[in-house]
Order: sequence, then C-alpha cells, then structure tokens
Amino acid sequence: MTVLTDLTVAQIRDGVRDGAFSAREVAEAFNAAVAGAKALNAYIVETPDHALAAADAADKARGEGALKPLSGVPIGMKDLFATAGVQTTAASHMLEGFVPPYDATVAAKLFEAGAGMLGKLNLDQFAMGSSNETSYFGNVVSPWRRNDGGNAALAPGGSSGGSSAAIAARLCPAATGTDTGGSIRQPAAFTGISGIKPTYGRCSRWGIVAFASSLDQAGPMARDVRDCAILLETMSGFDPKDATSLDLPVPNWEKLLSADLTGKKIGIPKEYRVEGMPAEIEALWEKGIALVKDAGAEVVSVSLPHTSYALATYYIIAPAEASSNLARYDGVRYGLRDLPDGANLQDMYAATRAEGFGPEVKRRILIGTYVLSAGYYDAYYTKAQRVRALIARDFEQAFEQCDLLLTPTAPSAAFALGEKNADPLAMYLNDVFTVPASLAGLPAMSVPAGLDEKGLPLGLQIIGRPLDEQGVLDAGLAIEQRAGFAARPEQWW
Amino acid sequence: MSVDAATVRKIASLARIAATEAEVEAMVPELNNILGFIEQLSEVDTTGVEPLAAVIPNHLRLREDKVTDGGIREKVLQNAPQAEHGFFAVPKVIE
Repeated sequence: MTVLTDLTVAQIRDGVRDGAFSAREVAEAFNAAVAGAKALNAYIVETPDHALAAADAADKARGEGALKPLSGVPIGMKDLFATAGVQTTAASHMLEGFVPPYDATVAAKLFEAGAGMLGKLNLDQFAMGSSNETSYFGNVVSPWRRNDGGNAALAPGGSSGGSSAAIAARLCPAATGTDTGGSIRQPAAFTGISGIKPTYGRCSRWGIVAFASSLDQAGPMARDVRDCAILLETMSGFDPKDATSLDLPVPNWEKLLSADLTGKKIGIPKEYRVEGMPAEIEALWEKGIALVKDAGAEVVSVSLPHTSYALATYYIIAPAEASSNLARYDGVRYGLRDLPDGANLQDMYAATRAEGFGPEVKRRILIGTYVLSAGYYDAYYTKAQRVRALIARDFEQAFEQCDLLLTPTAPSAAFALGEKNADPLAMYLNDVFTVPASLAGLPAMSVPAGLDEKGLPLGLQIIGRPLDEQGVLDAGLAIEQRAGFAARPEQWW
Repeated sequence: MSVDAATVRKIASLARIAATEAEVEAMVPELNNILGFIEQLSEVDTTGVEPLAAVIPNHLRLREDKVTDGGIREKVLQNAPQAEHGFFAVPKVIE
C-alpha cells in the first residue's frame, strides 16, 4: 500500500490526476503526520482546514477536468510569508498574534496554482540564525539522530529549519524557504533534502517579512530536484509590487530537466578548501566531482580570490539592512506594544523593541546601527559594498572558464542544539560556503550526496550564472541520480 | 576599533532598544568580537572599486501616477495595538 506521506510533489500531482488516490486522502495523511509530530516543533501554526479545502477543490477540479499545476499538493509555508487570515510571526514575539489581511505574492501564487497549506513553519527569529535556536516559539528539533547511540537533539539548520525538518520527517512533501546567506541551502544539507535559492529577483519579496533586502530571496525546499523545479516555476515571476522583481519569462524548468552534463564545464573553486575542513567534507566534494564527470561534465579548477572576505562582508551588509528594515517594528501600526506607566512615545518604542526582539535580532540591529552611524558608514558599509563588488567580479571571471561551480554546502554535518549558540561568531562561520553566492545574487542549490560517519546527511552545492536555474537544477539532478541518496530519519517522534 | 559601554548605550538609543546596564555590559564583548572579525575587510584593496548597489542589473520602474489601492482603512488598522477614531493612537507627544 502506498504511504501517501512518502510521495513526492510530482507523484502526488500525477496520482491525483490519474485517480490513484484523492487529494483529500493526501491532505488527511499529512494533517495526521503534522498532528503527530509536536516533538519536532516544526510548525508554529497548523492549518489543516486550509489543506483540506484546497484538496476538496482539487478533487472537484479533477472531476471537471480543470486541474492546476499544484492541485492536490499540500505544502508547508515558512512563517516569514504573510498569509491572509493566518498568524504570521517570523518566529518573533514582536509579531505574535499578527494576522495579515493579505498573502505574500509567492504564497498567493502557490495557492492560485492549487496548493494547500498544512501550516506555518518555524524558523530562526526574523530569519536570523543558522540553527533554529533563535525562534521565540522554541527551537525545531531535527528528525535526524546520530548513529552513535547518543540521543543528542540536532539542529535542523537555519533559518528555514522548520521547513527542512518537516520535509525530512514527511510532515509535508515540500515547503517554502527564504535564503539571505544560506537559509535554504544549509538546512537542506543538514536534513538530507534539496533546496534552491534562485537568482535574486526571480521571486517576489512582497509580503515576505524583510531581513536584508539586497540578499533575501525565496525558494522551494523539497525531497528531490524535480519537486524543486516544479515549485520554483510557480513561485517565480514578475511582480509589480516588488521593484527588485525581474520582468522576465519563467522557463519551464521541470520539462527541460536533464541529468546529462555533456559539454558542461564545472568549476571547483580552490579557495573553498578552507583550513580545518573535516576529511569527510573533503571526501564528499571529491565524490561530487566524480559524479558530475560521470554525467559527462568536464571539471576545471577556478579561483574566487575574495572568498575569505565574504562572511565579514555579509555580517556588515545584512545587519545594516536589517537595522533599517526592522525599524518598522515600533509598536504603533502592528505587532507588540509595550507601554510602561507614564511612558512617552520614545520610551514606548524602546520598551517595545526591547521586549519584542530576541538577543540575536538585537545583536544584529545594534551591529547594523553601528556600521551605519555617522563616522562609520564609509569605513564599514561602503567598504563592504566595495568588497561585495569584488566578490561578484570573482564569480563573473570564474564563469568565463566554467558554466557552474561545485562546492560543499556546509563545513560540517548538523551540529547538536546548544553546541554553538554561546559564540555568535562560531555560528556565523557555518555559512562560509553559502554566503558568497548570496552576495552575488546567483542561483544556488543544495542536494544531499552522502552521509558522515555518524549517519548524518551531507550536501553538495551547485552555483550557477545569473538566471541559469536550469543549469543548476540539471547538475543537481545529475548528482541526485548518481549519488542515490536514500537515507531517511528513523521515526522516533 | 572597539566599542565601550558608552558607545553601546548610544547605539542602543539610536536603535530605539531599551537596554539595562547588565545587557549593555554583556553586549560590549559580543559586539567587539564581531567588529573585530569584520575589521579584516580593511586589508582588501578596494581602490577604484565602485560599491555594488544591485546584484542583478535591473532598472527602476515607475508606475503610472494614479491611485491603485485604498479605501481599506479597516484592514490597515486591524492589527494596530491601539486604534481610535480611524487612526493609530500613540502616547501624547505634545503637552
């Protein structure tokens, strides 16, 4: 008998279309899985009725021969996307109870394509974190466990850790994510799933709670590359409400998928061989190189000389933009208000923001405020934007010699919850391989390619030229097919 | 460059975030640690490099100068902590 929660997006779509099962059966199976997995804390809000309503609409549409691209497919929605009538918090106390009267454009597109919503997925507060330990609603626990007999609770990655954990645990077949410095790719790698951050501007940012506007980009997370292609097609496209959204046609990525990399040159950036990189990450990378060669690609060595400056650049630009974006949370128009006795307006702002933001968010706002303050703006912010130009130029020059880049996604497998949160800087270093592509606005994806010695998933990252999502997805598919990654977490929750 | 407690208090005030003395003291080494890390950018020669403003070339679009939205006061106010007479209400700012 088919276990409906084990099906991919493509299998659900096709099965509903062919009458193998009804959309309602699928929605009920996932609703039950979500309800039975509280121990993972992946969902902040569950919306079983939304999933059922979309399923019933799908079953009706099938009868009328009017199926849509995602009819019958229930998904998880990162709680950074505004959803009409459903609480949207960005995992913060500041927005607890906030119920938007509108849908984010990406959410609206998914719903219009027939998708139902299983619930709002937990994340790092305001998408700031790499482990899901900064959520106001408690951290997400990865469904994975080390095979060493210890039962250490592991980080599902961040910030899209609710999305990654829910997909790996079969609490949804796919979910939305957002990526500012690696928030789709690193959690995908930690949980053995796939995720793609498209070219900056492919997906509208309208209605997504803003973190760092020149970096934030939505993308899909799913169990395989095909599903990522299917969802990305729906999520992408021009939106007049977002001035940075690209006015370009959306290719038919799924239909054009090809695991044949003949004629492709894949660059291996030598600067990504960082000091102290674990041998198993090195071995995974070598395995990836062998896999793409087997798929017909030619592998070349390339140089991205400013790689080592990417993290420092990111930790100036992202907090600077965050301090500006998060200035809107002042207790006046929406969200929390803390009004101490006898307080004036300024006191109210300060009290509200002290109460509503968690420690990591405050830390980043303060860093951002500092680097943008009089006397330091040029020394920090302008300097970082200049280095950012050099990082982007490195990629441009590398892409004169190759079509795609192949790197590890993260410098380690998932770490235990609590292991790194005493030192913010150690946590930041986890994004060392994902941040450079974000700074350059490039499409990049993570696909699972192996396990470490403790049985935890490891991911490989493919980075492409601007707008070459097809090339990225194709290389992802080639690795996926050849790596044969079939591991899944054993159910303990 | 390193920040001291007075600087942290000033930044917190600019950021409109109330901070207790204990929080300020705790923040001093944390911010210095991060600022020390990002200080490494000073060793990069950026002479003649224009700051990157947009990662993907895109021109700023202007829309027609006409009202496309509006008449949704209730929706605008529905999440307000305090709304009165169709306005956002705040503590008195003028005596």
